[in-house]
Amino acid sequence: MAALEPTLAGAQAGTSLLRFITCGSVDDGKSTLLGRLLYDAGMVPDDQLAALARDSRKLHAEDPEALDFSLLTDGLDAERQQGITIDVAYRYFHSARRSFIVADCPGHEQYTRNMATGASNAELAVVLVDARKGLLPQTRRHTYICALMGIRQVVVAVNKMDLVDFREDIYAAITHEYRELAAQLGITSVHCLPVVAPGGDNVGRRSARLPWYQGPCLLELLEAADTEATQAREFRLPVQWVNRPDANFRGYAGTVSGGRIAVGGEVVVQPAMRRARIERIVTADGDLSEAEAGQAVTLTLDREVDVSRGDVIADAARPAPVADQFAAHVLWMGDEPLLPNRAYWLKIGTRTVNARITTIKHKVDVNTQAELAARRLDLNEVGYCNIDLDHAIAFERYVDDRTLGGFILIDRQTNATVGCGMLDFALRRAANVHWQHTDLDKDARSTSKGQRPRCLWFTGLSGAGKSTIANLVERRLHALGYHTYMLDGDNLRHGLNKDLGFTPEARVENVRRVAEVAHLMVDAGLIVLVCVISPYQSERRFARGLFGDDEFLEVFVDTTLEECERRDPKGLYRKARAGEILNFTGIDSPYEAPEAAELHLRTTGLRAEQLAEQVVEQLLGSLGLHTPH
Amino acid sequence: MSAKSHLDALESESIHIFRETAAAFERPVMLYSIGKDSSVLLHLLRKAFYPARPPMPLLHVDTTWKFREMIAFRDQVAAAGDVEVLVHVNEEGVRQGISPLTHGSAVHTDVMKTAGLKQALDKYGFDAAIGGARRDEEKSRAKERVFSFRNAQHRWDPKHQRPELWRTYNTQIHKGESVRAFPLSNWTEMDVWHYIRRENIPVVPLYFAKPRPVVERDGALIMVDDERFTLREGESVQMRHVRFRTLGCYPLTGAVESHADTLDKIIEEMAASRSSERQGRVIDQDGSASMERKKQEGYF
Repeated sequence: MAALEPTLAGAQAGTSLLRFITCGSVDDGKSTLLGRLLYDAGMVPDDQLAALARDSRKLHAEDPEALDFSLLTDGLDAERQQGITIDVAYRYFHSARRSFIVADCPGHEQYTRNMATGASNAELAVVLVDARKGLLPQTRRHTYICALMGIRQVVVAVNKMDLVDFREDIYAAITHEYRELAAQLGITSVHCLPVVAPGGDNVGRRSARLPWYQGPCLLELLEAADTEATQAREFRLPVQWVNRPDANFRGYAGTVSGGRIAVGGEVVVQPAMRRARIERIVTADGDLSEAEAGQAVTLTLDREVDVSRGDVIADAARPAPVADQFAAHVLWMGDEPLLPNRAYWLKIGTRTVNARITTIKHKVDVNTQAELAARRLDLNEVGYCNIDLDHAIAFERYVDDRTLGGFILIDRQTNATVGCGMLDFALRRAANVHWQHTDLDKDARSTSKGQRPRCLWFTGLSGAGKSTIANLVERRLHALGYHTYMLDGDNLRHGLNKDLGFTPEARVENVRRVAEVAHLMVDAGLIVLVCVISPYQSERRFARGLFGDDEFLEVFVDTTLEECERRDPKGLYRKARAGEILNFTGIDSPYEAPEAAELHLRTTGLRAEQLAEQVVEQLLGSLGLHTPH
Repeated sequence: MSAKSHLDALESESIHIFRETAAAFERPVMLYSIGKDSSVLLHLLRKAFYPARPPMPLLHVDTTWKFREMIAFRDQVAAAGDVEVLVHVNEEGVRQGISPLTHGSAVHTDVMKTAGLKQALDKYGFDAAIGGARRDEEKSRAKERVFSFRNAQHRWDPKHQRPELWRTYNTQIHKGESVRAFPLSNWTEMDVWHYIRRENIPVVPLYFAKPRPVVERDGALIMVDDERFTLREGESVQMRHVRFRTLGCYPLTGAVESHADTLDKIIEEMAASRSSERQGRVIDQDGSASMERKKQEGYF
């Protein structure tokens, strides 16, 4: 057996690197095990050891000589006070054979997202189980997330064996149960071992206190684990940056995410599928004859083709599939729930596109893996979803390639990372539904009407006066000879939207449909007046995105809640206050006021006619016309 | 199995981070502190964008208390001409006469370094600042993201960090907000020295041992670098064979006794060493959680 030589020296050139995570439930002893592993590997310098002894004495007056190894890895102020690890922390150590990067993953139930984060870059997971407690719901949850994130190797450390008198039967029962669980979840490689983390038994060296266990210690298992990353076998390079120092050089910089390529090799630029050959593989250390997965290089091509950030340069003989609709697992990480049909940014590789979750087919109970019906996903929930993108992308299945199969979802308003997803397969209909070309376009249709099309989007609380004002505006435009149509939210709920209620997810879908219909009408050349409460910024922004720069005019009909309640033309506020109507905007459902509407109508003290005139002026101004008097 | 080494993998990852920063932000900058990590960063910056010149300037926040050899080294880098070097000094702090010798490390660092950095970022409107911090340096850094979000006041909120998956970095920000990006996140101190040796990267001569004038103060060996240093009662200047593991403001940076005057010897000495890198820094010893507090306030 290799003796451990305590040293702070780094890995020598040529040693391999294993990225792994540690996970388990609260109090299973993860931080202690990891701290002990660092200590046994000789990675704790003298000054840190002195600080550790000092802090240990402070916290454990009853046992002043014992070292509390968990203090080596618990970092942030808040968690030290709470005594739990709340965020992924990365540690670095090495043995004579290998360098390690370990993501210390939190055990607390509400921090599943951090575990997924740590697992996303890991090739192996160390799962801790408390010998006294056996498998807990969190153990199953963490193992499921490991499997979901593509980890295929697990080491199960059954900890606190000293507290069950080192009994082999207890160990055997736990490991038997765990192997069954792992098999169900598709994890093929499972190694188990009994440990006592504070005492170091089977951590950095084999233990004499557990003579019935004859296998390797934890460090030996980590040294022997497979380090092969999950990546495409064929050549793939997502373009990060176009390098154009002068007119003579045009290179495409990026990291090879799969396979290898040689100079002269034929490639295709995806998704547009333009073919070319590799002319040079440029690096600051000189040109290469070939490049392989993991290398950051700059490629030049033998002919001028259009390549930009987000494109994928791929092996021409075996390119990546291209699609714009997918089935994927989504792990939700946002504080606000995932709502079907809301638009999010989706980043995959180096490409960012607009995405909507069109359907949540089911959510997965992460403790039992049961499939449940769901209309939304809350924080830390996993769903199997259909996703619709506004552009086709080159992709791989996540099980084959993490780089082109894994994506993040970004909230378009807050820019927070609210979810991650693992692509499963492209939906067939994406390939089978084609855009039918028509000879007449919007310009032709609107020119024949003698006008330019517009969408006037009236937003505001129920009873604010949207429909009243829009109705006056339409009459006025009609009198001036314009072709118009008014889409009223209430009216649409009698037909097109009669299947929708007022939950947040239904409101998102309601606004999406109205926006799409308005878009068709603008395409037909009309001036469309839309009156919907549209309480969320996100959906109004989605609507705006469907139109050209000048085509969309947002009109904020700003009437105070008190005034709306006082008017209460339909008696709805009274019912909402009485609890007869739920999810009523302004009462128990939020209204997010526009920040940059083209027109902000402050209605207090003005008659509807005056307000309508402001709208007409704004509209005609946008058409480059003056109000006729 | 790939023949690439651990250092190759780290180098590629760092270049990837540089390129994401240049591609996704309008006005990126590389913070340049003149130390060994900055030397490695500068080397990677040049590699990442070759054959183009680096598409971002360097920014040095000068506290006016750096070692003279550091300033000379910085000026050499600027003289190379391929990359612009911006220098910012908190003039308000200079007018107030802020000094680590009279105001202590906390006030000096806060005014000259943290406030100075914020001033410079605002002045030039940088929306991404690349720094050389490594996760192995200190416990609170172990939880830092590669792309770390800062609000318009440059504050870091450790409880609301964006989850960071794979190498798919979220680079979306609103106007006025910014990120700090850390290409060396996954490097260790030893990786840095191995890479400096492999790539022949120039570093400030203070890292190599030689006889230097030092004073023993509060258990540290402080080098007397200029006439502003005043001796306290009972102190005397001695010539000792010393070098520095880390470089900062000279009155706040402890030297270590050493005879390592080549890269090979430095690596050999570190292999046998039993103390951590930041031990020489007076700034970190204010309290075990002090770095985290400084970072929340905008310290790099």
